[in-house]
Amino acid sequence: MKYELVIGLETHVELATDSKLFCSCGGHAAADEPNDCVCPACAGMPGMLPVTNRHAIELAVKAGFMLNCKINKYTTFDKKSYYYPDLPAAYQITQWFHPICVEGSVQIGDRTIGIKQIHVEEDAGKLVHDDATNTSLVDYNRTSVPLIEIVTKPDFRSSDEVITYLKKLKAALQFAGISECEEGAMRCDVNISVRPEGSDQFGIRSEIKNMSSFAEIKDAIEFEKVRHVDAIERHTEMLVQETRRWDEAKRRTFPMRNKETAADYRYFPDPNLMPIVIDDEWLEEIRTSMPATAEEKGQKYVDMGIAEKEAAVLASDAKLCAVFDEVVSLGREPKSVASWILTECMSRMHYLGIETLSIAPAKLARIIELVDTSEITRNAGKKVLAAVFEKDVDVDKYCEEQGLNAKVDSAVIEATVDRIIADNPQAVADYKGGKVKAMQALFGLIMRELKGVGDPAVIRSLLESKLNA
Amino acid sequence: MAKYITEINKNGNVAVDDNILVKDIPATAGSKMLESFVPLFSATAVEKLTAAGYTLSGKTATGEFGLDLYGETSVNDICAAASLVKEGAVKAALNVDLNGAPRRAAAIEGVTFIKPTYGTVSRYGIIACACSGEQIGVTAKDAATAAEVLSVIAGYDEKDGTSLKDVKDIDYNCDAPTKGMKIALVKELYNENLDAAVNAYKAAGAEVEEISLPEVFAAQTAWQILYSAETTNNLSRFDGVKYGHRTEKYKNIDELYVGSRTEAFGFLTKATILYGSDVLSKGRYEECYDKALKIRRKVVEKLTELFGRYDALLMPAYSKAEFEGYPIAEAFEKVFDESRYTAAASITGMPAVVAKGVQLVGDYFCDGKLLALAKALEKEEA
Repeated sequence: MKYELVIGLETHVELATDSKLFCSCGGHAAADEPNDCVCPACAGMPGMLPVTNRHAIELAVKAGFMLNCKINKYTTFDKKSYYYPDLPAAYQITQWFHPICVEGSVQIGDRTIGIKQIHVEEDAGKLVHDDATNTSLVDYNRTSVPLIEIVTKPDFRSSDEVITYLKKLKAALQFAGISECEEGAMRCDVNISVRPEGSDQFGIRSEIKNMSSFAEIKDAIEFEKVRHVDAIERHTEMLVQETRRWDEAKRRTFPMRNKETAADYRYFPDPNLMPIVIDDEWLEEIRTSMPATAEEKGQKYVDMGIAEKEAAVLASDAKLCAVFDEVVSLGREPKSVASWILTECMSRMHYLGIETLSIAPAKLARIIELVDTSEITRNAGKKVLAAVFEKDVDVDKYCEEQGLNAKVDSAVIEATVDRIIADNPQAVADYKGGKVKAMQALFGLIMRELKGVGDPAVIRSLLESKLNA
Repeated sequence: MAKYITEINKNGNVAVDDNILVKDIPATAGSKMLESFVPLFSATAVEKLTAAGYTLSGKTATGEFGLDLYGETSVNDICAAASLVKEGAVKAALNVDLNGAPRRAAAIEGVTFIKPTYGTVSRYGIIACACSGEQIGVTAKDAATAAEVLSVIAGYDEKDGTSLKDVKDIDYNCDAPTKGMKIALVKELYNENLDAAVNAYKAAGAEVEEISLPEVFAAQTAWQILYSAETTNNLSRFDGVKYGHRTEKYKNIDELYVGSRTEAFGFLTKATILYGSDVLSKGRYEECYDKALKIRRKVVEKLTELFGRYDALLMPAYSKAEFEGYPIAEAFEKVFDESRYTAAASITGMPAVVAKGVQLVGDYFCDGKLLALAKALEKEEA
């Protein structure tokens, strides 16, 4: 029998606000040391009261617009109670009764993925286990960092669809400035079951918790598919509805022994936070502040003369776009900029194992300017780029120190060519005797002497004409 | 019994209950759980008082977390603040009214207390139990002094999400003429404590009319559900992990939680937590908590309608001052019984004033009118 996967996703995304959800502490990024970024409010101390961060609400509404949701004009915060040391007040403020966005959808190719809801909630802290002293320590830097949880309907039928959705979601969230989606800032719970193809029943579901890498998510889904089908067809195990975790080292999922999942969370409306009423005026204000989507951005690049494929790659990544836009705005030619970002920068990133482009646009612009105006050669430009990536050097200073200026005195070049010819009579004789390779050796010596300065094509033809003279 | 848990300044003129935070001064809220807790900030009301030149005398005893109405389950003198005011040791006291305890204490001691309209005095800095109804109020020797102190602590506070923005327009002037005012005496709660007040109002030219208001009993049950649930949730932060009492006997986190809380909480607190957990649990939420929220709205509607016709409701603030000993297992029920007098104002967030042993409840923002009625009573009965 053929089986199909039925998958629903719950994706937690950290919102790009300057402060936490209910107090004025900076986001977790502001902290260097554990418990650096904590106040009585986000430490849940008695006497504190939460005050809602308006920007977080606006970002959640933007996410709702992006995912074609209905925005609830009346939305509430509710308390979810459970005991765990990473939750200092023993309750999490979330949205249970009236989530901010509902009933949305995303298009993945020709398939439509339903969005059940988006709700705003605060993150919990982090436990650090110290084996040496057999103690557990708590870090509250993350407590009350604002998150949205985007819940889809069980509409995915393959791991590829899931990954396509996540990539699209990530790019869109970055674009709209909703989340920076840095490493680990996007976490997924995957609800998965299988059923005979064509059935409209749901199978027994397992939930794989808290994954952040797309590769892991894909592997976990594929693993679960095999496990479920084996259980059904070959009775390898009895399927139960349960929560599991992906073990990257063992490359399989394991059931979680987690009391939390069996808990009764005792949800109730938080009396300290008035219901939020989003009126038409505020809604319009948020709508008009929405930046271009990835698609719109890609189209804009095509209109600038960039090939469709290249434009699509650029538009898929907010960081690439940001650098591109900035460098172009500094007066560089779009096609040239696209080529530098997509070939030279990306190959450097690949070489260094970096996932997100971080380069000062002004430096990249200067390198491109020097190359485009033939101040330095393209090869020299690559060399500078590498140095900028690795040591963040000053472009002009580096060119000077390394003698990369292509416009060296032609007299110097000629003198060098003459000297090398004079110093190597044997090689010259070999060349004249028909050994073409001997010229390559001479050329190499000249280039070494000139330290890579000067246009190689010009030098080569100069050498050739002198040898054949 | 000691009236102060922590003394601050012998010459201070305002006492503050121990469930209101004063920076760097221990705050126990009357609980062993917080024996060692020293707050990092002061309540907004405290900040405002000291900024206005008042000085703090000390932290007065309360029943554990302010839940106790009798003192039977508590080693503390739960009338501490009211009796200090009565003695003239302090000009006024700040108290948290979550289930009527300071109203009851003021009535027993014969001093004046106002629980202001919900949202008019910041709750920032209260060791919270019942956020949807509890309020800081003022105990003083008379209505005029209570009005003076209340006008200092009232006002919008951006640190409290339920703080109301247009509070500055409330008038705490208690000199309004009470002649011609209409007062409704709530029949269901009548006891002989009210007789003198009824005569005094009639003498002062106010009308007193008896009305039936069975909603007070619905309010009593619904408020018990709401405050217990909120208390359960708010006290769950006291787990022995970060501050407060931690058991010495634990091998894992669960034993730390259970041991610390079992050792540190008193009986009434535990009973409240159990009750509050039940009404919020899966399957019970709809029939208990959600229904209590609906009753709250019904009570607000009913009282609002009454305040279209009457200036205030007159009712007792307590049944009797002394209680014979009763088995501790009955403490939760005893508190419930007694809360019939105070629950209507607690659940609606409407203002209530106690003076000369009786209670007046008024419409939202009519705090000044209630104080004027209290002042008339003080004058007539003097």
